[in-house]
Amino acid sequence: MDKTPGIRPRRSWGQRLDRAARHGFPAAITIAGMILLAAPFGLPGQAQLMPAFTLAAVFFWSLFRPTSLPPPLTFLLGLLADLLGEMPLGTNVLILLLTQLLVVRSRRYLPQKGFLFVWLVFVAVAAVAALLQWGFACLMSWVIYPPIAALAQFLLTAGLYPLLAMGFTQAHRSIAAPERV
Amino acid sequence: MIRLSIPVRQALEKLSLPVLIAAAFGLMLIGKADAVLAVEVRVALADLLSPIYAVMAAPLAEVRSTTADIVTIWDIRAENARLRVENEKLRRWQAAALALEAQNQEFKSELNWMPPAAPAFTTAPVVADTGGVYARSVLLAVTPPHKVVVGEIAMDDRGVVGRVTEVGDRSARVLLITDINSRVPVTMESSGAHAIMEGTNGALPVLRYWPEGSAPVDGERVMTSAAVGAFPAGLPLGIVHYNADHVPQIYPVADLDHLSIVRLFDYGDTLVEAPDAPPGRKLMQQQQPPAAAKSVSVKAH
Repeated sequence: MDKTPGIRPRRSWGQRLDRAARHGFPAAITIAGMILLAAPFGLPGQAQLMPAFTLAAVFFWSLFRPTSLPPPLTFLLGLLADLLGEMPLGTNVLILLLTQLLVVRSRRYLPQKGFLFVWLVFVAVAAVAALLQWGFACLMSWVIYPPIAALAQFLLTAGLYPLLAMGFTQAHRSIAAPERV
Repeated sequence: MIRLSIPVRQALEKLSLPVLIAAAFGLMLIGKADAVLAVEVRVALADLLSPIYAVMAAPLAEVRSTTADIVTIWDIRAENARLRVENEKLRRWQAAALALEAQNQEFKSELNWMPPAAPAFTTAPVVADTGGVYARSVLLAVTPPHKVVVGEIAMDDRGVVGRVTEVGDRSARVLLITDINSRVPVTMESSGAHAIMEGTNGALPVLRYWPEGSAPVDGERVMTSAAVGAFPAGLPLGIVHYNADHVPQIYPVADLDHLSIVRLFDYGDTLVEAPDAPPGRKLMQQQQPPAAAKSVSVKAH
């Protein structure tokens, strides 16, 4: 959307393509990362990595580039996470959409409080998300899964965020910024 | 694109999140009500992604072997010494095994032993370790005109890995024996008694439901049993070990953490089926067809 009104020359095709690519970057990198993380690296805790990455990515991009991650796209990301991670359908969809709802509501003041505060909020989100995932997984298959899995999920998600945020922040300022065209 | 006035567009934007959240609940209900649909979608996605994973497999294997090499270089001396001792021991065992095999052949020929039919098998690479946080399974790449069917038994070079639960055109999913939903009827080597091996989603499945008086013995081997017709008898599964809570766990002989290639055995044609009962008893059998039908559906899982 134009932030500065005025008359200017029509955008060339190259520029439009560039803008579209920049707009699409957050969703594309999230999907690519999810597919990559489902590959057999044989890393310890790899099963937890994919949902952790997805949650962190949706949280970050909803906060800093909400126009690049509209709710229907979040819905699709959640569906992909459910299918790849063998969760009951809809679990990750719900968690990601709720996360987005929370983030969009608190967008006005959250980024100004600094990175540490944002991370703290994310830690709380990750805790609720891990609990919800565990709860739904138990409820849907009527088995009590070992709660240690949920704890591991939470710790990994919370710990992964600063690392991911570093990379995402760089991308946010450069490659994912349509206003730089 | 339809042109909408700004207030309408804003209202729609505000509404989209709650509507989608409601849709997520709907999706959950659909997933629960129609489990087959969920499986079909999952298989379709796996089919779509398996070429990508197959392309990635070669560089991935390289990375994994390099990291493994770096780790092993540290303790290569100690490893060598250990291997030398083990080799010595194994050579003695080999001699014993060869002698026993010869003797066994001899006995079989004496007894006119009828060998069971050899099962057909296909070999497939593991392309993704797609087990989620709450599931343990692997994805195999299969080439389109394949004959893989649900229920086939997956084994690596050492023992049973799991069973095929979903089959697509280009991919098949194997539910590992460590998955919390996996139940395998087993025979314990020392007593010959039956039990059920249950997955826990952890590394080690546990044994349950053994007959009174023949509790599993620490260190004994456990093999599949043909009890309900889901498995052929005698495939190696693992070794019993009691944990601190005195629960008999199984150390799987298959290397479940580093699966790269598995063989899928089709025992469907070679399973032993009981011949028809004599006429007098046939009547009795026909009185309970529902029970028979039920046991078949249980077998499929």
